[in-house]
Amino acid sequence: MAKADVTQAEGDLHLERLTKQFGDFVAVHDLSLVVPQGSFFALLGPSGCGKTTTLRMVAGLEDPTAGTIRIGDTEITHQKPYRRPVNTVFQNYALFPHMTIYDNVAFGLKRRGVKDVNKQVNDALTLIQLSEVAQRKPAQLSGGQQQRVALARAIVNRPAVLLLDEPLGALDLKLRRQMQLELKRIQTEVGLTFIHVTHDQEEAMTMADSVAVMNNGIIEQLGPPTELYESPHTVFVANFLGQSNLFPATVQETDGEEIILEDPDGKFRMPKERVASGVNTSGGSNVLVGVRPEKITIGPRSEAAAAPIDGNYVDGVVESASFLGVSTQYQVRTEGGEQIDVFAQNLDVHGLLPHGSHVRLTWQPHHGFVLAPDQDIRASADVSAGVSG
Amino acid sequence: MAIAQAIGDTIEDQRTPPPDPKKRGRFTPYLLLLPGMLWLAIFFAVPLVFLFSTSLQTPVAGGEVGEFEQTFNFGNYVDTLTDEYYYVPLFRSFIYSGIATILALLIGYPLAYMIAFKSGRWRNLLLVMVIAPFFVSFLLRTIAWRQILADEGVVVGALRVVGLVGETGGIYPSALAVITGLTYNFLPFMTLPIYASLERVDPRLIEAGSDLYAKPFTGFRKITWPLSMPGVVAGTLLTFIPAAGDYVNAELLGTGKNSMIGNRIQYEFFNVRDYPTMAVLSFVLMACIFVMVLVYVRRVGSKDLV
Amino acid sequence: MSPANTPVPVASKPPTTVRFRNWIGNNLLRIYAVLAFIYLLLPVMYTFVFSFNDSGKSNLTWVGFTWNNWANPCAAPDVCQSVINSISVGLVVTLAATLLGTLIAFALVRHRFRGRTTTNLLIFLPMATPEVVLGSSLLTLFLNILVPLGFWTVVIAHIMFCISFVVVTVKARLSSLDANIEQAAMDLYASEWQAFRRITLPLVAPGIAAAGLLAFSLSFDDFIITNFNSGQFTTFPKFIYVADKRGIPAQAYVIASAMFFIALAIVLIGQFAGRRRKEG
Repeated sequence: MAKADVTQAEGDLHLERLTKQFGDFVAVHDLSLVVPQGSFFALLGPSGCGKTTTLRMVAGLEDPTAGTIRIGDTEITHQKPYRRPVNTVFQNYALFPHMTIYDNVAFGLKRRGVKDVNKQVNDALTLIQLSEVAQRKPAQLSGGQQQRVALARAIVNRPAVLLLDEPLGALDLKLRRQMQLELKRIQTEVGLTFIHVTHDQEEAMTMADSVAVMNNGIIEQLGPPTELYESPHTVFVANFLGQSNLFPATVQETDGEEIILEDPDGKFRMPKERVASGVNTSGGSNVLVGVRPEKITIGPRSEAAAAPIDGNYVDGVVESASFLGVSTQYQVRTEGGEQIDVFAQNLDVHGLLPHGSHVRLTWQPHHGFVLAPDQDIRASADVSAGVSG
Repeated sequence: MAIAQAIGDTIEDQRTPPPDPKKRGRFTPYLLLLPGMLWLAIFFAVPLVFLFSTSLQTPVAGGEVGEFEQTFNFGNYVDTLTDEYYYVPLFRSFIYSGIATILALLIGYPLAYMIAFKSGRWRNLLLVMVIAPFFVSFLLRTIAWRQILADEGVVVGALRVVGLVGETGGIYPSALAVITGLTYNFLPFMTLPIYASLERVDPRLIEAGSDLYAKPFTGFRKITWPLSMPGVVAGTLLTFIPAAGDYVNAELLGTGKNSMIGNRIQYEFFNVRDYPTMAVLSFVLMACIFVMVLVYVRRVGSKDLV
Repeated sequence: MSPANTPVPVASKPPTTVRFRNWIGNNLLRIYAVLAFIYLLLPVMYTFVFSFNDSGKSNLTWVGFTWNNWANPCAAPDVCQSVINSISVGLVVTLAATLLGTLIAFALVRHRFRGRTTTNLLIFLPMATPEVVLGSSLLTLFLNILVPLGFWTVVIAHIMFCISFVVVTVKARLSSLDANIEQAAMDLYASEWQAFRRITLPLVAPGIAAAGLLAFSLSFDDFIITNFNSGQFTTFPKFIYVADKRGIPAQAYVIASAMFFIALAIVLIGQFAGRRRKEG
């Protein structure tokens, strides 16, 4: 049997100006990014955003229309999938139904003509804690077990890059949570570069060292999960990762390290560093102001008015209040007509502010963020509401 | 059942092919197609051209029986189609096969439904029983019907006792016997595609229907029937088309008065050796069937035929 | 088919007439199906019964029971030769049609190419053409290019009408396969050929086997097309047709019954083996 001649390569994964077109449709547009060796990297986005196409180009299952793919200094752009030091965990696992679990895991090793197949397969099965089912067929395993076999089948080859295509999508919520931790543990243990494609923001934030948010074939923003969450650069990211209150405002003036903004509800101060790059903050320009619902403090207006003003505030009336246990979710209509969501932690036991209460909302200036104005405020809000369950 | 599913699929090929991962394999599909398509081109398409050419020929003056020359005489079509001797069997073919198709649907649909939803662990056995008669020669089964329906046979005897048939009356040979034979011979072709499409219906959809206050029959009409439509279309076509061209049933179970177009085609060929007339009849039959199939598929609003 | 065992509530038993009506309602479909099966199997039973008829030359009326026909299935002249002819044709046709059809199915399912729709149509057309037309047009060709009729013309004709059925059967199996599986194999260092041989082929094999079985039975049972293209060559159905004019020997019934049981056994063994493999 001919041994597969697999390229040896290690190092960071570089995607440079990668483009993929299907007919007129541009699935991935001029995408460049670097995934450091040994990191857990997530490609996050709604379905159809190009994340899976990107993954398939790295795997060699799609041929890029333009651009290059490198691992370290070795270019693999047009290499056959079976020559690449890259393995994939497929969305529906794609286990070979006519082979035993053992044979599934051994498949890649045998193709490469590796010696000592037996030990490596057994080690891999031990790693995923499924040694006892080695002789069963895939159909006899549960979804979670099949998922782990798919993982073992890829990991056993020690690829330079391991690709995971929505690997947890078919599992139920509880199993998914468990597998997220499991995946993270295995990645830390084997130290391989993992690239994980998902539409689930929670999954991406739980596991990944850094996350690239994709939309319409381009990367909207790339960074560690906390940075993406605290300082989104676009409306899409602000809404896709968690929830945001966004409202238009006008820049009045710059005051040292702060800018002063105005909207129908009054004036706010924001530190300059909270302004997304490229946003025009000269006097009179329009911007969008964003605040996460959990950063806002809510209180009866009468009480608040008595206290000294700390940070920004707006006044409004409670339109609805839902008690969720750990928190209470309010919808407040401000005097300027904006609707603002507030998640209030249930620190007190005196209960919730009823519908119609006059309230004051306050937040620290450095908790808000400022975005460019020419964006659809609802961008991705529906998408993320649909999938973040 | 792969076979049945396959037949359903021909009618209902709505899958889009996966994107081809390799550019270099651009000629692979054509190489794979070449031998088989070449075979179909030479032994299916080319003969149709020959047949069409034959249909325009006229006898050689003073030649022997079966000798013809090409004169591009389109008049052959007019002559043949205005002759009662030919157009009556043509109509009869479509009436007989139409009735047989409806009967086969009435028998085959409940049968397929029962096998798909109510047969439990007997399912595979029952499916085999539907296919099994195929393996007894088609001719022998038709001959068996002739004997069963004959005056001294079981069926007529029973009907005489009940009084449905008079002492001298009988079933064979008659139009009824021919239609019985046609229905019988193509019933599996009706049942299997319907079964295949019913099998793919998720029973939870039907439950969801009844959960949404659909009475059993309404649930069937609004959910099961539409979902099984591809199978019904495939089944009716696979019954109607071969039944319309069949001549064995009419020959074995009927008299000259029950002749179908297939009998005429066969007779012109083997007995009269009037090849142009045979060719005209074949072409007209094929054209009629194509038009009917097109109209039918349009009417039932099926997905694209191929 | 056992009647549904619906638990009857103990507290209030409905009156007998209602229960009877319910039973009929619940089992109407089953009763209907039983009648349909009787209709389907009646001629088969007739054939089987008359294979034991001590009838001499013409097996039309019941004379008496005998084992002789089963003991000497080749006693009647030409029966066995015609069966051998049919089997030989069937084997060649099965091999060729399955190969050609499987290749086409792979092209149609695994590749995207110009002319795919036309190809699909060309595959569908022979199935939508009545057998008399297929048979007579092919004979026109053979007569025009002066091909002598016999074994090979029958084989050619049968391959022609079997290809389409093979294509659709294999296609169904192939398109039900997860395309990811082949990609997974290639991702795991299997070349295109290895992925085909180790993954695709074993998984499609049942579909190919079913297609082969279908091709064989279509070929074995074909009469109309064969009758046009066989000349002096006699297959089993043609033997019956010709013999019917002067009386069919009971041996033909024996062979038909035997075919029925052999086919039944093959299908059932296939099913059983398939289930074993799935469980094993």
